[in-house]
Amino acid sequence: MKKLGNQTLKLDHPPTILDTASIVGPKESDGPLAQYFDKCLEDEFWGEKTWEKAETKLFRETVNTLLAKSGLSAKDIDYSFAGDLLNQCISSNFGMRDSNIPFFGLFGACSTFVESLCIGSVFMDSLACNNVLCATSSHFCSAEKQFRFPLELGNQRTPTSQWTVTGSGAVILSKKGLGPYITHITPGVITDLGIKDANNMGAAMAPAALSTLLAHFEDTGRTPDYYDAIITGDLGHLGKSILIDLGKSKGIDLSENYDDCGVLMFDKNKQDTHSGGSGCACIATVFSGYLYKLLKQGHMSKLLLIATGALMNSTTSQQGESIPGIAHAVSIEMEKE
Amino acid sequence: MEFLQSIDWGLMLRCFLVGGLICIIGQILLDKTKLTSARILVIFVTVGAFLGGLGIYQYIIDFAGCGATVPLFGFGANLAKGAIEAVQTQGLLGAFIGGVKAASGGIAAAIFFGYIASLLAKPRIKKQ
Repeated sequence: MKKLGNQTLKLDHPPTILDTASIVGPKESDGPLAQYFDKCLEDEFWGEKTWEKAETKLFRETVNTLLAKSGLSAKDIDYSFAGDLLNQCISSNFGMRDSNIPFFGLFGACSTFVESLCIGSVFMDSLACNNVLCATSSHFCSAEKQFRFPLELGNQRTPTSQWTVTGSGAVILSKKGLGPYITHITPGVITDLGIKDANNMGAAMAPAALSTLLAHFEDTGRTPDYYDAIITGDLGHLGKSILIDLGKSKGIDLSENYDDCGVLMFDKNKQDTHSGGSGCACIATVFSGYLYKLLKQGHMSKLLLIATGALMNSTTSQQGESIPGIAHAVSIEMEKE
Repeated sequence: MEFLQSIDWGLMLRCFLVGGLICIIGQILLDKTKLTSARILVIFVTVGAFLGGLGIYQYIIDFAGCGATVPLFGFGANLAKGAIEAVQTQGLLGAFIGGVKAASGGIAAAIFFGYIASLLAKPRIKKQ
């Protein structure tokens, strides 16, 4: 692989995204993308006693579904890269504990899915691996409990707040296969413009997305119109419009081919999520369920996928710290050079 | 019929209006400021205690009854009132005893009914 500019790596041996799987919760099952997911749950507990156990089950079953779909067994997977939002990434840890697959736990908040794709692709580029697994999960109830208020309190959500997606998405990167390929990765730098409101993540993360976009275009020499679609992870309605405005001020036109998974996931008029979806599973499920199928079916051939993350925890929020944002990007293309 | 005749409809209306107004203040604070619900709770109790201590809140209670005593302001006013009364009978120690004593019914009921609710109900995902 080759370093381009300051941040981007161009892969010499772009791995194929061999297959994907996604399972989503009840609210996502009522959304416009429901038909694309492998499984839609009616019960946020999925028969478990706690939300954490439910999220772990979501993670585990998504990985199992993926293995079944791809016809591979756990033995065929060389390494796995996964993360989630809960403390010490317990959903992925517990979800993978019986899998017998070598495991790297990652934390990049909601950017974890693309972070796992970045690191997985670099492992694949070594040609020492045949298949690696990348996966993330999140759960509305466990995330509210950890980052905002316990649901028992019955708190009202503020107007700018976003809805953490309940679900899990997983992909297998493979040496074999005929695309879509991950051709470039652009890991992001931490960007903090001083936003302090944990209920306004879109505004906190949009500058990070801009920073990574600018770096990607500068490093690769590409322009936004090179891509059929540029998709961010979970900026939501507010963050999406902020990013379009920020892009305009830097001379990047995002009005044509840009959208956000948090916007795509829910119906703005029928489902009152306030500012749209968020969470590790937002981009993971929308990519695994929807975007991957668009690529495979030929509706698009060049996708820039950018996952944004808010790198705070509830203690830093209580101590009045601002929210550092990060964004990682991967180019996913049907053809490799 | 005797029961219906005994109802003070005017008081009921005043109760509804004042209680509703207090809730509107809370809703505006939630929507328009970055205050969390816990902070609004503390502000309301403190303001209530302040108004109660100055004797102002009693006028509102006389005017609106439960519309003023049930919301958090009333809880604060009750704390202050209990503390002041206890100081008069027990001296300075009363400032520490009186408030909680006066509010003990509310506190014990909150714990009791909260416990019962936690046994009977399970928190679920929100609808919105």
